[in-house]
Amino acid sequence: MALKIISSQCTSCSACEPECPNVAISEKNGTFVIDPKKCTECLGHFDAPQCAAVCPVDNTCVIDNSFPRYQVPA
Amino acid sequence: MQASIHEGTAVPSAAKVGEVMQAIAEHKGCGTSGGSGKASCGSAAGQGDLPTEIWEKVKNHPCYSEEAHHHYARMHVAVAPACNIQCNYCNRKYDCANESRPGVVSEKLTPEQAAKKVLAVASTIPQMTVLGIAGPGDPLANPEKTFKTFELIAKTAPDIKLCLSTNGLALPDHVDTIAGFNVDHVTITINMVDPEIGAKIYPWVFWKHKRYTGVEAAKLLTDRQLQGLEMLTERGILCKVNSVMIPGINDKHLVEVNKAVKSRGAFLHNIMPLISAPEHGTVFGLTGQRGPTAQELKALQDSCEGEMNMMRHCRQCRADAVGLLGEDRSAEFTTDKIMAMEVNYDLDTRKAYQAKVEEERVAKVAAKQEELSTLAGEMSDIKLLVAVATKGSGLINEHFGHAKEFQVYELSTAGAKFVGHRRVDLYCQGGFGDEESLETVIRAINDCHAVFVAKIGGCPKADLLTAGIEPVDQFAHEFIEKSAIAWFKSYLDKVNSGEIEHVERGDAEIRQGALISAA
Repeated sequence: MALKIISSQCTSCSACEPECPNVAISEKNGTFVIDPKKCTECLGHFDAPQCAAVCPVDNTCVIDNSFPRYQVPA
Repeated sequence: MQASIHEGTAVPSAAKVGEVMQAIAEHKGCGTSGGSGKASCGSAAGQGDLPTEIWEKVKNHPCYSEEAHHHYARMHVAVAPACNIQCNYCNRKYDCANESRPGVVSEKLTPEQAAKKVLAVASTIPQMTVLGIAGPGDPLANPEKTFKTFELIAKTAPDIKLCLSTNGLALPDHVDTIAGFNVDHVTITINMVDPEIGAKIYPWVFWKHKRYTGVEAAKLLTDRQLQGLEMLTERGILCKVNSVMIPGINDKHLVEVNKAVKSRGAFLHNIMPLISAPEHGTVFGLTGQRGPTAQELKALQDSCEGEMNMMRHCRQCRADAVGLLGEDRSAEFTTDKIMAMEVNYDLDTRKAYQAKVEEERVAKVAAKQEELSTLAGEMSDIKLLVAVATKGSGLINEHFGHAKEFQVYELSTAGAKFVGHRRVDLYCQGGFGDEESLETVIRAINDCHAVFVAKIGGCPKADLLTAGIEPVDQFAHEFIEKSAIAWFKSYLDKVNSGEIEHVERGDAEIRQGALISAA
C-alpha cells in the first residue's frame, strides 16, 4: 500500500510536500501527487502518514489499496 | 543613501528595547476609562501618548496607524499557501475566509515572482511603504518561501518595511530569523488563552510531525503563541495581536486575551468580527455560528481600550491585497501583468513623493487641532456616531452612491474619534440608484446620526432622512475631522436651543466578506 492524493479535493496548498520523509510528493498539473514507488506510509519514520496529518482537507490523502503494503526492511 | 535608510529603521540597542517594552507594557491607551473618546487616542490620530520610539516605527505603517492608512499603502504577497493549524472560521478549499475572497484561490507566487511584484507595485504606487506576508496559509509554516521573499526584497528595495502575520505555532522557532531580516512588525492571531475555549475554535494543530486535537492542541498553540510574543517583544520587534470575535465562544474571553497580550508587550490589539457566511463552507458557517453586530464589536473594543491601543480600521484584507487600505488594486498586478512590466525602481522619486505626502498630512492634523479648539468649553454628555464617504487623504471626497464603505467616527465634546468602517454594496451602478442596496447601506450605518458625503442625489437623501440619518453634503472635499467637529458643534447648539431632541440610534449590521475592489 501507499498513500494517494485525491486530486479533486487537493487545494494545492503544498503543506504535505516538505513533510514527506521520502520526498515522494510533487506538484503536477496544479495539484500534488504521491509517487507510490517512494511512499512508505511513513512506516519507520513517524507514527502516522505525515501528508494525511498535515492536510487541511479531510480524506484527501488516503490509502491506495491497489499497492501492496509497504514492508519495513529487516 | 542606503545607510541612512537603515539608520532610520535600526533596531534599538538591547538596553533601550527593555525600556521601550516596559513603556508599552505600562502604556494605558487613552487613560483609565474605556472609550473615552479622546481624539488623540493611541493609534487613532497623531503620536498621542505612544512612546517616540514606537511612534517612529508605526507612523507610516497603514495597518498600525489609523492616520497613516489614509496616506500610505501596503501590499501582501501570497507566497505561503501551507498552514499548520486548522481553524473553524477558515475553509482551505476556498482560501482563508477572513483574508481572501471566498471562492477565489489567491494566485500563488514564488519568492522570485513576489520580489518582482513588489518592485512593480512600489514603482507604480510610490506611497507603498510596507510589504507583508500573511498567507493565505501561515507564513511560518512556509519558512523557506517567506524568508527567501524577504531576502530578495531587502536586497532590491531596501526602503520597504517588512512584516508578517502568523498563527504563532511555529513562531518561537523563527524569532531569530525574523530579527535577522530586520522585520520590525509581526502580527500574531490570538483568539484565546484558555485551551478549553481554544478547543472550540481549533480542531487540530500539526506540530513536530504529529497532529494534536482538542484541548491538548489548543494548549500547545496558546503556549507557543505567548512564548513567541514574549520573545519578539524582548528583541524590540513590534507586535500587534489580531483576535477574531466569535459571539458565545470567545467574545467575553477576549478581555482576558487583551490583558495577557498587553502584559507580554503587544502594542496594539485588533479585534475583528467573525466572517461566517454559510457559502464560505467554514465549520462556523455551516453550524450557523453568527458574527457580531457592529454595536457588539464596538462595545468589546471599547471595553479593552482602557488596557491598550485598539485598532479600529482593519478591513480584513485579502492575502494578496495591494494599495491603500480599502482600495484594492491587486487586479492591476496579476502575475502575467507583472512579468510583462518594465520596472524602474527609483528610490529618489519615491522619497520625494513621500515627502509631499508628509506635508499634506501635517496640514490635516493642523486643521483638526484648529477646529478642536472651538469645542473647548462645550459641556455635553452626548456621544454619537457619524458615517463618512471618503476616497482617502482624510477628506470627505466620495459621492454617496459611489461609496464602497463608510468610515465611522464617534463625536463627543472630546472631538472626533475614528471607531471603524462599514462596507456596503454600491448604491449607484451605471448611473442608477438601486433601492435594494440602499436598504443595505442604511442597515450598515443604522447606528449613525448623520452621513457626510461629497454629493448625494435627491432620492437617497429623502430615504436617509426617513431612516433618521441626516445626509450632510455641505462639507464636500473638506477635512473629515474638522467638518465632523463643526457639524457636531451645530448639533449641540440645536439640542441646547431646543430646536432638536437628541435620540439614541439603533444597532448596525456588519457586512460579511473581505473587501474586494469593485470594478
